[in-house]
Amino acid sequence: MFDSLSDFVAELREVGIPVSMVEAIDAAGAIEHTDLTSPENLRATLGATLVKNSRHYPAFDAAFDVFFGLRAVTPDTDQEPGTRSGGGSGGGAGGDGAGQLSDAVLEALLAGDGAALRQLVAAAVDLYAGMQPGRPVGGRYYAYRVLRRLDSDDLLVRLLAALADPDGDSVLDQRVASADAEARMDQLRAAVDQEVTSRLVEDRGASQVAATRRVPLIEDTNLMHATRAEIREVEKAVAPLARKLATRLSQRRKHGSKGRLGVRRTIRRSLSHGGVLLEPQFKPPRVSKPEFVILCDVSGSMATFARFTMQLAYAISSELSKVRVFAFVDGLDEVTDYFGTDADFAGGLVQMSREADLVRADGHSDYGQSFADMWNNYADAITSKSTVIVTGDARNNYRDPGTASLDRIAEKARAVFWLNPEPQRFWDTGDSIMSRYAPMCDHVEQVRTLRQLEGFVERAALPVTRRARLVS
Amino acid sequence: MSESWTSPAEVAEALESVGYLADARIAQVTFLASALDKPILAEGPAGVGKTALALALSEATGRRLVRLQCYEGLDEAKALYEWDYHKQLLRLQSDEGAAWDDVEGDIFSESFLLVRPLLDAIRSAEPVVLLIDEVDRVEVETEALLLEVLDSYQVTVPELGTMTAVTTPMVVLTSNNTRELSEALKRRCLYLHVPYPTIERERAILHARVPQLPQQLGDKIARTVAAIRAIPLRKSPSVSETIDWARTLLALGVDELGDQVTAETLNVLLKYQVDIERTTKELSLDRSEE
Repeated sequence: MFDSLSDFVAELREVGIPVSMVEAIDAAGAIEHTDLTSPENLRATLGATLVKNSRHYPAFDAAFDVFFGLRAVTPDTDQEPGTRSGGGSGGGAGGDGAGQLSDAVLEALLAGDGAALRQLVAAAVDLYAGMQPGRPVGGRYYAYRVLRRLDSDDLLVRLLAALADPDGDSVLDQRVASADAEARMDQLRAAVDQEVTSRLVEDRGASQVAATRRVPLIEDTNLMHATRAEIREVEKAVAPLARKLATRLSQRRKHGSKGRLGVRRTIRRSLSHGGVLLEPQFKPPRVSKPEFVILCDVSGSMATFARFTMQLAYAISSELSKVRVFAFVDGLDEVTDYFGTDADFAGGLVQMSREADLVRADGHSDYGQSFADMWNNYADAITSKSTVIVTGDARNNYRDPGTASLDRIAEKARAVFWLNPEPQRFWDTGDSIMSRYAPMCDHVEQVRTLRQLEGFVERAALPVTRRARLVS
Repeated sequence: MSESWTSPAEVAEALESVGYLADARIAQVTFLASALDKPILAEGPAGVGKTALALALSEATGRRLVRLQCYEGLDEAKALYEWDYHKQLLRLQSDEGAAWDDVEGDIFSESFLLVRPLLDAIRSAEPVVLLIDEVDRVEVETEALLLEVLDSYQVTVPELGTMTAVTTPMVVLTSNNTRELSEALKRRCLYLHVPYPTIERERAILHARVPQLPQQLGDKIARTVAAIRAIPLRKSPSVSETIDWARTLLALGVDELGDQVTAETLNVLLKYQVDIERTTKELSLDRSEE
């Protein structure tokens, strides 16, 4: 057990989940108090002791399934191979096995009978997966084959039909039924997946299988190419980060952390010493209210990332009142109102793409033009208190860089940060002119994952003194 | 620990007897916490029963509940202890002329100590459940206050020395995940993620909390709420709001949950106007009645 625990911990660290030595020892101690006949108990124990972040659970669960899913711990696994082969030959003899099997699966799903489902799935994997020991084929392929032979599309339709309220035909009823049906289909998919995985593990060993089945942590997802589901997960994590960024940038600089002498409070306090001015009281230092100006490139090449940066802007604006958001392609327009505290994010995006005036000519990004627009039309948005955050890949389509406008903006603002989603080695290749803009920024950071954004938030502090800028 | 729970099933049973339905994970983690004397850190969306877990634990074990509600700006004086300044002053004035050493030793003794929740939990003679609620609201620096308590169940008062717990308290911390808690805090706790319940569990909770509710209506409510949670909203309905909704429907004498009733009572479930509008649109609650 302890060997597989340490392998398991190694695998978690490999995925990127931070597991400390103390936590590993805690897990070992906790296992002694765990009833190992059910994998779910073990899952709860290891989850509680090793993984301290809800975002890491998908990755943890994937690794757990591989290491401890259905294996060894339960005494009845010894008999399992026997029953499996029995079921296999029996099913093989019957000609219409597939139909019967999916009927049985449907029944088990409707009844919510997990044990029966597992047995049926085991039989189905025997029949249809065509697994051969030693073949270097990923588990997903086998799972796909099984689901196809069970006719999962048809199953979903039949599930829906069975779950639908006979006399309810409103959209609400349909929604309710389809959400329910989807959840049950997910159970089936998970069961098939787990069965296939456990067989792969028997064949190749847990560590090897785990390496091929890793679920990347959400903070390591590449935001440029994230799927919709991943973006949704990322969005959940953005709000705490935005709050952190907002508080960090509103912190006063270290020196002078005590405010001025507060005469009124000092006298008030002296009353309890019989009027002797013993303790000087200070006024609390005024926390400067940060103002944010966010400039987002929302052109085609940046589409996925733009969705994320707008989400970030939305999250910041629900933390602070003075946030103005501007979007640009080759023209720039203010989009703050679409993402106000009362708006909902998805609706705002739709409204923005419909109403805002972002495209001037051909719809390819033009940073120079956009910065010029910013300076000409919205110069009043930028004050000595505002922090400007530009997000974009600095790919200017070989147009005039327009550094002068950005320079004026930088001169007036408190700080300018640039978040670039491209890997640093691609900067200044092709039409990217990152290094032309970099001198005007206080900090240019590569941000293509949530982890990097977190790093930026950790490090981003206001410059103690603004360095003199070269005016070209 | 004074409770002699020997299995998670017993924990679940004890909690159920006071009306808290624990799923396998909650039962297992609670059992571990009592077996290993470790704090539980419960994290999850608002209103899924994190605080209720602590309340139920206190009721099930008959322990007194000591609650520390966290908020921004919470400090040592509010969380741990404070010297009763006025009482000290009175003491000094009452015998002027006494030797300084006597008085000094005197005014920094336990009778001049104002006990705050954390110290209270440590000094309590009978075992307690300590609930540290919404710990994500305090600043990162303030978290450090909790570490000594969570780690070795002791509090150090510089003038008096270290006080160690007489009986080990059962500690539950809750967090709504508005910010990342520090590694140091997390390392000392058993982590319990409490997500929204499955349809089956929510139905069971409804049944336990609103026993008069007809089975069929409860089922429909649970499924409807699950469908609403699938819509991206500012604030998804919590379990407590589901219970409120069930009570509302019961009070209105509704026995069939149709579109119109849903639309009219949606404000019990959702607390933002945009969410209500969005849900009404997504589920076409406004159209089908025409």
